[in-house]
Amino acid sequence: MTRYQRRKVLNAFNLTASIAVTLFGLVMLGWILTILFTKGFEHINWAVFTENTPPPGESGGLMNAIVGTLMLTVIAVLIGTPIGIMAGTYLAEYGGKSRFASAVRFINDILLSAPSIVVGVFVYTLLVSPVNHFSGWAGSVALAILVVPVIVRTTEDMLKLVPRQIREAAAALGAPRWKVTVHVVYKAALSGMMTGMILATARIMGETAPLLFTALNNNFWSTDMNRPIANMPVVIYQYALSPYSDWQDLAWAAALLITVSVLVMNIFARYGLKSGNQQKP
Amino acid sequence: MAVPETQSSKHSRRGASGALADKAFKGVAFFFASMVLVVLAAIIVMLFKDAWPTFQTFGLDFFVSAKWDVVNDQYGALIPIVGTLVTSLIAILIGIPVSFGIALFISVMAPVWLKRPVGIAVELLAAVPSIIYGMWGLFYFAPWFSENLQPLLTDTLGELPLIGQFFQGPPIGVSLFTAGFILAIMIIPFIASVMRDMFDVVPKDLKESAYAMGSTTWEVIWTVILPYTKVGVIGGIMLGLGRALGETMAVTFVVGNAQELMAGLFYPGSTIASTLANEFNEADGLHMSSLIALGLILFMITFVVLAISKWFLLRLGHAQEGRSA
Repeated sequence: MTRYQRRKVLNAFNLTASIAVTLFGLVMLGWILTILFTKGFEHINWAVFTENTPPPGESGGLMNAIVGTLMLTVIAVLIGTPIGIMAGTYLAEYGGKSRFASAVRFINDILLSAPSIVVGVFVYTLLVSPVNHFSGWAGSVALAILVVPVIVRTTEDMLKLVPRQIREAAAALGAPRWKVTVHVVYKAALSGMMTGMILATARIMGETAPLLFTALNNNFWSTDMNRPIANMPVVIYQYALSPYSDWQDLAWAAALLITVSVLVMNIFARYGLKSGNQQKP
Repeated sequence: MAVPETQSSKHSRRGASGALADKAFKGVAFFFASMVLVVLAAIIVMLFKDAWPTFQTFGLDFFVSAKWDVVNDQYGALIPIVGTLVTSLIAILIGIPVSFGIALFISVMAPVWLKRPVGIAVELLAAVPSIIYGMWGLFYFAPWFSENLQPLLTDTLGELPLIGQFFQGPPIGVSLFTAGFILAIMIIPFIASVMRDMFDVVPKDLKESAYAMGSTTWEVIWTVILPYTKVGVIGGIMLGLGRALGETMAVTFVVGNAQELMAGLFYPGSTIASTLANEFNEADGLHMSSLIALGLILFMITFVVLAISKWFLLRLGHAQEGRSA
């Protein structure tokens, strides 16, 4: 084989391999989603939404788990978003390249990818072990710790996209700096900040590991945040690994509900809200 | 005369309250920014405090002992640490070439109409919750793997000298290798998206110069695009590794949860995260302290890996600023 042919063959081989691994990725996604949808839809019915989680061997639903997950998620986002927005505002508007701001940025990006199970252990040592019982509040705090880095990151990125001239124009009209930030800059960056919030919500909705040691689970109807509270991810975990087929079926139904919610939020955040700003988060 | 005076005093009062509000706003922002650092410090302090009895009892032996014996209250972290490293290593060994191929396909080869849908599909892989990977892995992937791929690997790679012993094990499907394989699929979107962002910013002039000299597409990739983006590519790989190390639910479903040290990758094992998920709620005393110590070790390992990743990506940022300036 001449050198020229060898180069052509190598080129063709490697480019084919590239297509092959892309297909591999798509096939894996297709495989997972197909199974999720077929198994999930088989077991979704009205009872899933109107009955509580059953004892083994009986049929039931997921009502308490659905409500519990919504409560845990909403409270976590309510705790995490203001903290994240203010911290992101500091980084974008005041921090600049100072040592403190660089350190916060660095640590924030690490917390963004830190193992969520360690956050669960941390909140256990902080809020569960001192009072000797699991609680919904502990679960929400653990999830909030996962929300903050996402919001900090998107808020800073989005505020930095707002042109300097807009800030200067507002300042020239005599607006104090905080008013410039709140009434002008936030408004300009709103859709980007919403994207961050939805992505953060999507991220924590399916999180199981941080809830195992904090909110735990509850087989009965309860909305008391001071006690263990039922939630979808832990129900999936416990039921999927149980020997009872009723429980396994419910786990598939719960898996479908959670995944569809998370995927829809992701697609909406990334591509639905995007028309407002050109840059991607 | 009185009117402008009151107006000016009103102005200055408003100015003063504005300055005060400005200070307050900045103060609140600063406070919440510092919370990020406080949380990090609190995680390390709290875990260290609760892990202390374990370090006190076992000393450095905790890191090298392979004995995890709940009945006799003897704990060593070696098996979960090795399991964590081995599964993550398998994940990046599979993940790097696949992510590289996907990033190349989207960035260099795909026609414009195909870039977006393929990009979205790969990002969806990252959005699927970890526990779903676990269920799919346990009920569908593991049985398929033990019937099809595992015998194939044992018959081929397992026959080789030296490395052959790694490809042995019982045909039950749950194993360190299965966990590593599923981790690979989970981290591919993260690595691929960093690589793709890097490949997209390689200047057109460079690529076209290479094409003009008669390079094949692969030669442009290997000799122009990859050297130009290598710092970012390494950063992306480290990010993927950091994700793999701490991944919990998917691994817990398929790793087998055995506290034994086996040479074969097809034997069940355990990782730090899976040990925590399995034993935490039934633990107390020294057992609990040892589990928290495991959590601290995991946090430290991922912290270092992610810090290296961030360092590479930051270096890239500086290099690009230098270039554009």
